[in-house]
Amino acid sequence: MNSLIIAGMLLVLLGLAYQSGWSRSRGLATTAGVKVHSRPQYHGSYVAIWAMLPALVVLGLWGWFGEGITTNYITGQIPADTLSGLDPVALDATVARIRSLATGYGVAGDVQPFEQAAADALRSFQFITFVVVTVLAAVAGIAALLYARSRITARLRARNAVESVINVALIACSAVAILTTVGIVASLLTEAIHFFSFVNPIEFFFGTVWNPSFSSTDTGAHGQYGLLPLLAGTLMITIIAMLVAVPVGLMAAIYLSQYAHPRLRAVAKPIIEVLAGIPTIVFGFFALVTVGPFLRDFGNLVGLDIKATSALTAGVVMGIMIIPFVSSLSDDILNQVPRTLRDGAYGLGATKSETIRNVLLPAALPGIVGAFLLAVSRAVGETMIVVLAAGNSPVLRGNPFEPVATITVSIVNQLTGDSDFAGPQSLVAFALGLTLFIITLCLNIFALYIVRRFREQYE
Amino acid sequence: MDMVAGKVKMTQQSVNSTMNPIDALERPIRLTARDVTVHYGAKQALHGISIDIPDRAVTSFIGPSGCGKSTFLRCINRMNDTIEGAKVGGTIKLDGDDIYDPNLDVVELRARIGMVFQKPNPFPKSIYENVAYGPKIHGLARSKTDMDEIVVSSLRKAGLFEEVKDRLNEPGTGLSGGQQQRLCIARAIAVGPEVILMDEPCSALDPIATAIIEELIDELRENYTIVIVTHSMQQAARVSQRTAFFHLGNLIEEGVTEDIFTNPVNKQTQDYIMGRIG
Repeated sequence: MNSLIIAGMLLVLLGLAYQSGWSRSRGLATTAGVKVHSRPQYHGSYVAIWAMLPALVVLGLWGWFGEGITTNYITGQIPADTLSGLDPVALDATVARIRSLATGYGVAGDVQPFEQAAADALRSFQFITFVVVTVLAAVAGIAALLYARSRITARLRARNAVESVINVALIACSAVAILTTVGIVASLLTEAIHFFSFVNPIEFFFGTVWNPSFSSTDTGAHGQYGLLPLLAGTLMITIIAMLVAVPVGLMAAIYLSQYAHPRLRAVAKPIIEVLAGIPTIVFGFFALVTVGPFLRDFGNLVGLDIKATSALTAGVVMGIMIIPFVSSLSDDILNQVPRTLRDGAYGLGATKSETIRNVLLPAALPGIVGAFLLAVSRAVGETMIVVLAAGNSPVLRGNPFEPVATITVSIVNQLTGDSDFAGPQSLVAFALGLTLFIITLCLNIFALYIVRRFREQYE
Repeated sequence: MDMVAGKVKMTQQSVNSTMNPIDALERPIRLTARDVTVHYGAKQALHGISIDIPDRAVTSFIGPSGCGKSTFLRCINRMNDTIEGAKVGGTIKLDGDDIYDPNLDVVELRARIGMVFQKPNPFPKSIYENVAYGPKIHGLARSKTDMDEIVVSSLRKAGLFEEVKDRLNEPGTGLSGGQQQRLCIARAIAVGPEVILMDEPCSALDPIATAIIEELIDELRENYTIVIVTHSMQQAARVSQRTAFFHLGNLIEEGVTEDIFTNPVNKQTQDYIMGRIG
């Protein structure tokens, strides 16, 4: 309710400010002989930005300090003798009870008279501060609006000012993206380092046994954390997935971009891309109930011992999941090869398949390799299909028909359940996450490097 | 560069004439087009083009942008087949054989009628492989030595060999624009065509590279039938023996280059040559 009112107030202020700047600017333009520097919409935006900034600053300040001020006020409402009998934890609890009472939801247990009185006082305090803050914001906004409006002259460089504000806003948005990444990496790093204080990094990276014991009572032994079985499982599933996805995806892309009739293409391309929109848990389910049993029965038929949940099942289904990713990217890259190159080959009397094999694919190869690497990094990080279909058996072995476990699955296993968050049983998840992050990071950097080299060739 | 238009003496022909007496020319006719129409979807791009193109001479197509000259050129080796929704009507005959005959193999046809495009389009391969590609797909070389010979002689004919002989294994895309275009000409020659179509081959080149290509075209005329589309009337006057003027999808006038430029029969041709249209 309150935030709705504030949002409405800000919107009205925004509209008013824009309108007033705009009309002021139009007034300037009608004066004969004056050349106005900026178009009216820039003047409108200029005034709007000026009006919004102080209003937002006031609201932001309240958002930042309001919580502390309110808590102080509540503490002040508690009678002094009661207050002296409360330790910090009990004080927090009491303040929370008073807040709940004020919202009208009520609390568990009997309400003491001083609590009720404090809650009533809090309610009026909240109302007053809300009105004050809103009015302050509005006044600040309007004052800034009037000031900005008074500054509008024909020579005011409103366009430049607005553009630089937009520039700052864009920088802020990209900073959010970058800082988030940095923050995630930093937290991964610190937790992983914490983990390595329990377990020797060499033991982790080169250990061949994965057996994290969950007994937190046994403080001496923490279990064995060898990464290699998980890494092997991840690689095996990824390779199987790429063996499925690369040929099928590439052929599909070639067919769609070179052979398909435009009408068929218009239908087929979106359908293939719908595959990419299916949640991975659905693929996992599909692997578990359909593909796994089918592969097992097929194995029986030809005399192979294929488990229903195995690296093969997970890999095949993951490959199916990645097909649209590979085909859609490859298709775009094939279409980027200049038409003149194709014409050149046709003009020499090359057939369609010769043109594709000898001219189109070599020209598109770096881009296609880039697409494959992006697909690999997706496969490496994929979780849900593996959780359901790979069988979760962290043992180092080379048979794809047997169950395996991957890095992602082990992260899930280590973080879910009742283990001590400060112990190596949970912290190992961060070390695993860091490993995974480094693998996909290297793949992505390599892929982007290759894709960029391809782009330079034609621009 | 002082090309005397009409080195080969030819009598002027009437516009869109359907009866071209072959014996009136000193050069035999290689290509005959009759009532060629092209539709791109619902839009008609060519309205019944009829023209004879003589052997071992340069015929140029001139006209303002969008007049259909490139479209017609692309009909001659069936490059319009690769464009979605293009429909070609009428007949075009190469040595009396209809090139739109359903039994004709378009791959063979394009080996006989080579093409050089507006923008130099070397493949992203080495210089050697660029030239060797055509002979390779048509199986023209029996051995590596054969292939070397074809590549070197094609580069020589295109006047590029001396400039690139030390870097045949470097990428063709690393050459200058003019060199790239000569590489494309060498690539076309390597297949051993009888006719070479050139679609504004100099429009992306600077004047010096243009002069070199024009000189080359003049030399190639000895052995090949050349059809060139050009925006530059000076170029048409310099390199061609016969000129055809296209306007709005029609062939307006066609004849010996000298006559077209000095004494055009048609009013529209006159206007174009004087710079009043286009």
